[in-house]
This record gives sequence, C-alpha cells and structure tokens, in this order.
Amino acid sequence: MTLKDEPLVLGIESSCDETGVGIVRGHTLLADALASSVDEHARFGGVVPEVASRAHLQALVPTLHRALDEAGVTLADIDAIAVTAGPGLAGALLVGVAGAKGLALAAEKPIYGVNHLAAHVAVDTLEHGPLPEPAIALLVSGGHSSLLRVDDLARGVTPLGATIDDAAGEAFDKVARLLGMPFPGGPPIDKAARNGDPLAITFPRGLTAPKDLVEHRFDFSFSGLKTAVARWVEARERSGEPVPVDDVAASFQDAVCDVLTMKAIDACRTQGIDTLVIGGGVAANSRLKAMAAERAAKYGITVRVPRPKLCTDNGAMVAALGAHLVAAGNAPSKLDFPADSAMPLTLVAAVGESLGQPHESGLAGTSR
Amino acid sequence: MLVLVLDTATPAVTAALAEVGPSGYALLAQRAAVDGRAHGELLAPQIDAVLGEAGVKPRDLAAVVAGVGPGPFTGLRVGLMTAASLTMVLGIPAYGVCTLDALGLRTTGRALVATDARRREVYWAVYADGSPLTGPAVDKPADVAPRLAEFGVTTAVGEGAQKYADQLGLPVGDARFPDPGALVEIAAQRVREGAPSEPLTPLYLRRPDAVEPSARKPALSASER
Ligand SMILES: [Zn+2]
Repeated sequence: MTLKDEPLVLGIESSCDETGVGIVRGHTLLADALASSVDEHARFGGVVPEVASRAHLQALVPTLHRALDEAGVTLADIDAIAVTAGPGLAGALLVGVAGAKGLALAAEKPIYGVNHLAAHVAVDTLEHGPLPEPAIALLVSGGHSSLLRVDDLARGVTPLGATIDDAAGEAFDKVARLLGMPFPGGPPIDKAARNGDPLAITFPRGLTAPKDLVEHRFDFSFSGLKTAVARWVEARERSGEPVPVDDVAASFQDAVCDVLTMKAIDACRTQGIDTLVIGGGVAANSRLKAMAAERAAKYGITVRVPRPKLCTDNGAMVAALGAHLVAAGNAPSKLDFPADSAMPLTLVAAVGESLGQPHESGLAGTSR
Repeated sequence: MLVLVLDTATPAVTAALAEVGPSGYALLAQRAAVDGRAHGELLAPQIDAVLGEAGVKPRDLAAVVAGVGPGPFTGLRVGLMTAASLTMVLGIPAYGVCTLDALGLRTTGRALVATDARRREVYWAVYADGSPLTGPAVDKPADVAPRLAEFGVTTAVGEGAQKYADQLGLPVGDARFPDPGALVEIAAQRVREGAPSEPLTPLYLRRPDAVEPSARKPALSASER
C-alpha cells in the first residue's frame, strides 16, 4: 500500500513541442521520458502548432511505454494521472488531455488537469525536496516569462508580473536567427556569449526606468531589446564592418539576465521572501544562473534551479505537481475538464464543469 | 464481444457500446452530443456514461473501433488519442474506420458523402450501394459538383452536403453525422477474427499551415540607412 504522502503519479506534458511522460513517487523521480518535435519546427524559426499537435499524437503512446518501463511500474500501480491542462497551444494540449483521460478511464484512476506554470515550480521538489513557502518563482522559457509568489502550491500561485510582449526565450530565438544561429536560440547564444564581452554593447533594459517601475515593477518587456539588437547588427552590416557575433550574444544575454534577476531579487526583497526558484527553458542559461546566485547571495536569498532537463518542458514536472496535489488532499478534476490555452495561474488544477469552471475556456463554451 | 465505438471527425462527439456477435451486432448504449468545439470535454464523460449505462467495466471491452476521419484535426485527434490510450492500457486491439464510409454505408445507388471541412471546403467520397467508389478527398463544393455527373451520383448525405446543397445540386438525405452502428458494422469482421490492432492514423488530407520565414525585415528606417 502506497503511503498517501508518497503518491505514485504519472504526468503527461504536451503544451508545446515536447511530448513528456514522467513518473514520480512523492519527491522521487522514477522516469522522465521525452519525445520532441523541435527539429520539425527549426526551419520555421518557431513552433508550428499543427506540426506539434500531429507529433504529440504519434509520440504519446510510445513515450508512455518508455516511461512505464523506465520506472518499472504498471498503470495499475499508479495512484493518479496528471496532465497539463494549460496554458499552452490549444491543439497540442488537447492531445495530452485526451490521452490522459483515456488512461484514467481505462485504468480507473483519478485525473488531475494541472497548470503548466505551477508544474514548472513543482519540478524543483524532485531535485531539492519540499519547497519552502512562501517562495518567489521566476519562470522563463520560449512561451512564458512570469514572476510569481508561491504561498501554497496546492492552492494556486499569485502572479506578480509577466512579459508584456515577447517571452524571454522568444527573444533568444529571434536574436539567434538574426545572428545566423539555429533554433532554439538559447543554447547557441549561451555558447557564443562565453567568448564575447557582455559590456561591449549597451542594450536597453526594458521596463526598468523609474517611471516604468510604478506600474510594471515586476513585468518584463523584451521586444524593444530584440529590435535594438536588430538595429545595431544592421547598422554594422550597412557600414561594411563585420558583426562581432560573440560580443552581440554576450551583451544581449546580459541585458536579458540583468532584468530577469534584478526583478526577481527585487520581488524577494520587497515581499520579504528568501527562496527564489527559477524554472523554464531559459533557466538552463548559464549566465542567468550565475548572475542570480551572485545577486541573491548579497541578500541571503537561496536560489533553487533544477537541472536543465527538468527546467525545459517535461512530464516529470506535471507528475511532481500531481503528486503534490494528491498528498495535499486536493480533489481530482472531473472528466469533462477542458484543455485551457489561457489557464490562469490562480487555478492550479482544472475543476470540471460539474463544479463550475471559474475561467471562460478559450476552446469551448462552458454550459451545455 | 463488447466493443467501444468512438468518432470525433464531425461536430457529433460520438461514443457507443456495441456487442458484436457471430453474425451481427447490437448497440447497447450511445451518446452523440453535437458541439464542434468541445470534443475534449465531451468525449471522456460520454465513454464513462455508455459504459455505466450498460454496467460494463473498461476491462470487459474486447476492442475499440474509432472513426479516423477525415475531419477537423483538433477534434479528430481527441478521439484517436483517447482510443489509443484506452487500448494501450487494456491491451486490446484498435480498429480504424473511415468516417465517410460510416456515413456512406446506409446509402443506396450512387451517393455523395460530404462532411464539413471548414474553410468553405468539404471532405467527400462517392459510394455505390454503400461501398466506397472513391477515396476520401477535401475540396471546395464548387469543384466537387462538376465531378458528380461523371460518377452518376444522384443523392448526398452528410452535414457538408446539407450546408452546400445549393452548390452541389443534389437531393440531400437526413444523415448528417456517422452512425456508431455503421462504424461497428464496418469493423465487425475484424473484431470477430481478432485481427491485429491497427495504428489509428488520422486522415488529415491537408498539410499543416506553416510558412517558412521570409528574409529579414530591415530594422532601420529608410532615413537611418
Ligand atoms: Zn514551459
């Protein structure tokens, strides 16, 4: 008999281009199987939703088999199924949700339709154990840039700020493209930046001017930075001078990391919180981790960053949040819960129609 | 043999439970809510409901029969993904049936089956006394119409045929959505023989919308260049 505080949970992630299936027991990771359609999107310079959805449908069952084999468990052993219900690409989410519902039906298990962003926070427990609450979470990827306050992960999180235009990872992708680097842009920029001078070019830090801090203290803006890099590179090209790719990469990366860490530390200090969790694909950036650790140390703030494979989208994070919800005694979602591309952060798990859905789904009307 | 029947290739989100016998079949329970945007919400509760109504446990199922389209992609995938995960857990075979074939099965003479493909197009195929004469295709109704005479088509069924009746110029029958009885009837022989499980590959018939990015747009204004 499984102890209630160490539930065995299978998690499914399909909100973007990664098909992930993870299995955890409490805070212990047993399996983390992943299939990615990233190569199919590369020539388009970004994730093509329909291509991602088709890939999820093909990949999910084989990925489920791999995860179950890796963990050495069967679905009969599992205490609950968790699946990303949102936010994310609507069509992609629906594949994972349908697959999870099929599993829950066939294996007669409870199902939790969970919030992808809360799962990015929960995954850290697999690496560093229970999360001290309250905590500040900085979630940065190609799809999101959010600053959150986490008082009780089982009940939802409080958004403090988010990007008002591009996601941080999106800025990496666009600048990488400008510099002739492959998609996704994070790793090649990180690599080039190691040989460059971060002080070579002064790029703008969005929403950091005193007037911006009044209304957008914890919000981000990366669109102006991306344009500034494009203008700088173009001016160089026009003048016939070579573009110092490594310096541009390093200066751009520093501008992004400067704003992200400055605002995250500011959030910790103003809220009197001494734990900062960083997650999402951009959390794998070496400069972001180093800068956050350095700045946090000054104020006695502990920075928790899971290893890169857990930062990018995966099934383990969904399973980790599911296990947290089961252990906390949260009720499962009803079978009719929607995939919600705009699922709000205040909702840690979907409820289902019979209990009323507090948020209007982007996919369907709520009453019928 | 108890068979779960699913189809999500049209706005009718269909789930049914059938008993397949040596020479026929019977539908024990069925649900078909019509909502082209809620397949993901409706299908699983409907499966639960048909099993519950018949007092059948998922582990009692012998096979799953699923309509593989063609149909709007998002809804279609809900049915096929659900069927795939159900059969994976239960260790039972999955059998695919072309959704248009299910609509065509009960037609007589030369008939057009047309469902709504959105974007002012239809998924269509032609049937001769219920058997497919053409493979499924997707086209504008105005491009389908001139071809009907060449097949000697005299009637049409399906929601697409109703919606574009004026352009197709055919009398349209009542059947708008696939009947779960027809789906199970088409797959019944495979169920009885215990044929190998089939990959449930959706009939997309269209490529994904995706454009490769064009050359970089200038970031400097004309006066700055
Ligand atoms: Zn993510």
